[in-house]
Amino acid sequence: MTTQEMFSTEYKYGFSTEVETESLPKGLSEETIRAISQKKNEPSFMLEFRLKAFRKWLEMKEPTWAAVKYPPIDYQDITYYSAPKKKQTLESLDELDPEILKTFERLGIPLDEQKRLANVAVDVVFDSVSLGTTFQKKLQEAGVVLCSISEAVQKYPELVEKYLGSVVPIGDNYFSALNSAVFSDGSFVYVPKGVRCPMELSTYFRINDKQSGQFERTLIIAEEGSYVSYLEGCTAPAYDNNQLHAAVVELVALDHAEIKYATVQNWYSGDPKTGVGGIYNFVVKRGRCAGFRSKISWTQVEAGAAITWKYPSCILQGDESVGEFYSVALTNGHMQADTGTRMVHLGKNTKSTIISKGISADKAKNTYRGLVKIAPRATGARNYTQCDSMLVGDECCANTFPYIEVGNATSQVEHEASTSKMNEQQLFYLQTRGISREDAINTIVNGFCKDVIKELPLEFAVEAQKLLTLKLENSVG
Amino acid sequence: MLEIINLHASIEDKPILRGMNLTIRPGEIHVVMGPNGAGKSTLANVLAGHPSYEVTEGEILFQGKNLVELEPEERAHLGVFLSFQYPIEIAGISNFQFLYSSTCAMNKARGLAIPTEEEFSKKLDEAMALMDMKSEFKYRNLNEGFSGGEKKRNEILQMLLLEPRFAILDETDSGLDIDAMRIVAKGINSIASPERSLLLITHYQRLLDYIRPDFVHVAIDGKIVATGGPELALRLEKEGYDFLSQGQVYEDSLV
Repeated sequence: MTTQEMFSTEYKYGFSTEVETESLPKGLSEETIRAISQKKNEPSFMLEFRLKAFRKWLEMKEPTWAAVKYPPIDYQDITYYSAPKKKQTLESLDELDPEILKTFERLGIPLDEQKRLANVAVDVVFDSVSLGTTFQKKLQEAGVVLCSISEAVQKYPELVEKYLGSVVPIGDNYFSALNSAVFSDGSFVYVPKGVRCPMELSTYFRINDKQSGQFERTLIIAEEGSYVSYLEGCTAPAYDNNQLHAAVVELVALDHAEIKYATVQNWYSGDPKTGVGGIYNFVVKRGRCAGFRSKISWTQVEAGAAITWKYPSCILQGDESVGEFYSVALTNGHMQADTGTRMVHLGKNTKSTIISKGISADKAKNTYRGLVKIAPRATGARNYTQCDSMLVGDECCANTFPYIEVGNATSQVEHEASTSKMNEQQLFYLQTRGISREDAINTIVNGFCKDVIKELPLEFAVEAQKLLTLKLENSVG
Repeated sequence: MLEIINLHASIEDKPILRGMNLTIRPGEIHVVMGPNGAGKSTLANVLAGHPSYEVTEGEILFQGKNLVELEPEERAHLGVFLSFQYPIEIAGISNFQFLYSSTCAMNKARGLAIPTEEEFSKKLDEAMALMDMKSEFKYRNLNEGFSGGEKKRNEILQMLLLEPRFAILDETDSGLDIDAMRIVAKGINSIASPERSLLLITHYQRLLDYIRPDFVHVAIDGKIVATGGPELALRLEKEGYDFLSQGQVYEDSLV
């Protein structure tokens, strides 16, 4: 291994930014929640929502069924609100604190007008707050709303009140209850009837503060016959403490509407040798195909975080609705991931596809956990599931836990699974055919993941591919 | 073309090659035979640059360059090719994709034009016809589910496409039936030329019914102990290696 290769495999996004912040003191109580709500000048229904969630949360126990291990989390030792100090309301993102602009530049997410990604509107969330959104004008012309959820609470309270918590009820689980109580920001997307969103929408999440947790909330509503493609990216500095990221994402697709939701997650995953530090990524993502022939696709490339625990799911309520889940989960070093999906078939002739690719290297642990549930009235429902695991080295571990509950005899459920190994011998073989070591890893990983990567928007597919290769370079051989 | 000088190599600190010497000139076909454990496959792997083997002493000069310092792909770019004794299976990559990326990587490193997929496909069809391979092998995953004979044919196919200057064939004849052997030999003979050299590693004389070598070497305990012409292979087939391991040195046409 050359020194250059060693450097290239380091976590590139591990730096932190010095910014003046405004934070609430550590700890969680009704007061904290009232303070968050007050800071955000929220209408009373929001405060009620939060308090109800908090009271639920107090009655709940942290779940322990996932195949991951971590020391108990002290929920009183977390800062629940932290935001860069704003001097005044910004006219455009160019007026941001130069330090923050530089941060996003280094992350490869340029925010200034000239350098922006062509045809991708970006909303950026820094610690607890959204900093603003690019391409507002173009979106407005199409009637599409992309803004922070805080802004949506002010501007579109009736939509927020109607849909927030409609897919993931506040008491759904421990982390969704926590999120519902304390979430400080996130993205809101509304696509009106019949509108095909003219560009990719994306949110970039950055944790910067060392003590704060990130609890973002995303809500996407696609009205009848509309289409939207949305992508989120995530990074965080390399700190030696563990930080909690507990997000909730809710998607609603009405008749004939389609939502594509993609994630490229590269949170700091802790020191690869010792396992110290890293983000706990406990996320609840769920979409409701409420309408006839509606469609929701989840695509995720999970390459970071010390612990990942997430199951982007689809409730296939509308007849003939379609749910898809495409996932690559890469774990190396001491990372642990327990991820998968739930496809709940309620409507007639509903269809779902699950393609899950797990790559496990070093001492990492990678678990696929998925549920396919066919309700008694879901006549003609179909599911196809494919779960593949690739192991790199001898010390890693891969598990697959598929759960299938079939309540209607006319349904068809298929499940395929495989396990393979990437080894020095394969790389040597490709190298003797003139292919560089890096390209050889790339070729093998690409071959393994291509069914998932091809679902990503083109600009991000290339990045995701590079990310996976970089992560694995040190782990092979 | 290739000069191996006092080569010592070990795997996990266990010495396998112990002072090997071999000179191969352009256009020559050399055969290395020898009992199991003599270091024949180690020699093949060390020449191609396998990372598990450590060269502890000696040099491998290929057209004046010391290969020991080069990565496997750099050796390949210079024109070294290894036909694997056990070709590797890789899921998710079609044979076509693999052969095409390999050709592109080679051409790029050698400063040659990169063929389009269509151009390459044509060339591939010709080479596959020569190797008597059905076109379905283009789209099957690399070596996955191939029979032993199909894998070996696929190795020779790669050799035809990559046009090496020096090819090492590590027991390419093992596990082949007579028909497959004939096809493999046809492939090998088709690329023989005055500029191209071959090193065949084999246990059996029968491959030499199809390919006429210039020199036959016998390796024992990590060294070349005897060198001769094709008749040496015939004698080994009849008498085994005993007459060599008793300390006699076979001196006919030593290089």
